[in-house]
Amino acid sequence: MTILRPTRREMMVLTAAAAAAGIPGMSIPARAAGLAPTRTMRGGANNYRPGAPIVNRIGGGGFWMSGTVRRAGDGAPLAGQRIQIWAHTTEGHERDARSHGATLTNANGEFRLEMPQIVPAFGQAHGHLAYDSGDFKTVFLRPVMASSKDTSLSAHFVLEPA
Amino acid sequence: MRTEKSPVRALLPWIGLTVAVLTPLALASMSPLLQWRGPVYIASGFAGILAMGLMLVQPVLVAGYLPRLGPVIGRRVHRYVGGCLVLAVVAHVAGLWITSPPDVIDVLLFRSPTPFSVWGALAMWALFAAAGLAVLRMRVRVPLRLWRRGHVTLTLVAVGGTIAHVLLIEGTMETVSKVALSLLLGVIVAKAVRDLKIWSLRR
Repeated sequence: MTILRPTRREMMVLTAAAAAAGIPGMSIPARAAGLAPTRTMRGGANNYRPGAPIVNRIGGGGFWMSGTVRRAGDGAPLAGQRIQIWAHTTEGHERDARSHGATLTNANGEFRLEMPQIVPAFGQAHGHLAYDSGDFKTVFLRPVMASSKDTSLSAHFVLEPA
Repeated sequence: MRTEKSPVRALLPWIGLTVAVLTPLALASMSPLLQWRGPVYIASGFAGILAMGLMLVQPVLVAGYLPRLGPVIGRRVHRYVGGCLVLAVVAHVAGLWITSPPDVIDVLLFRSPTPFSVWGALAMWALFAAAGLAVLRMRVRVPLRLWRRGHVTLTLVAVGGTIAHVLLIEGTMETVSKVALSLLLGVIVAKAVRDLKIWSLRR
């Protein structure tokens, strides 16, 4: 019986450690030199399909993926950058081509793409975004929705020159 | 434990165990997530839920909590159910692999972004090791007390890992039945470990 108690306590410590380890790149402090580049998130590139077409909307829409793209250092907004987006939605699995699409940032470095509702897959409601056009270093993001009932999700890129 | 009870009272633990295993499966079959998943993904989820249910059956069998089922048959069924449990976990992981290979590879390499998957992988390896010890026991002579402690230690890791795995996941399991099965599993395993005096110096 006594053997169970330390095991549970250890489990809680390990859970906390695992949770903390699960979000690297989100805790990088801003450097004195300026805005630090965004790091690729673990699992961000999973089920990536290179060359997703630029679309007005993925599928039937109803859910909004948005974000910004800025330059590392001075934080200047980057216009015309191609961001690829995919997720497990009400209309398809992550691997399906129809679940993938791309959009371009506007003059303020902002992007916004309508897509089908993201639903929990592999235990979490999450999306995937990629910047891989080559001018800057490739970055893959995997933001998680605070609630699977959310109808929008955002992710932000700070890119450094390739 | 095994005093003769009335036939009806003797049935209660059997009914309770059946309900405990089948209810989470029945409620998961009503999950709204199923409509957006393919058959392989759906099957792998149910294999995982079934595995957790079989996990509950194991201590019940080996500690003799089912009336009218003798210890010899109980242990024989425990071995059989253990084999089914391993197969259910293999089906769970294989189905997920087919659904999304990179996500499963990340989990097996312990580099997944999701903390619950680490617990799942830990539970899986502990379960395989516990089953491996069970197979070895028929071939290698090890003092029974030592063997039991090893088998039970691995089992506790598998059970703890499974509970953490399911509680952190947003999947097809219905929340109340998920928490209830987790609590029941933890309580029954703790009771069996105590009743079987796994860590007492002498038996």
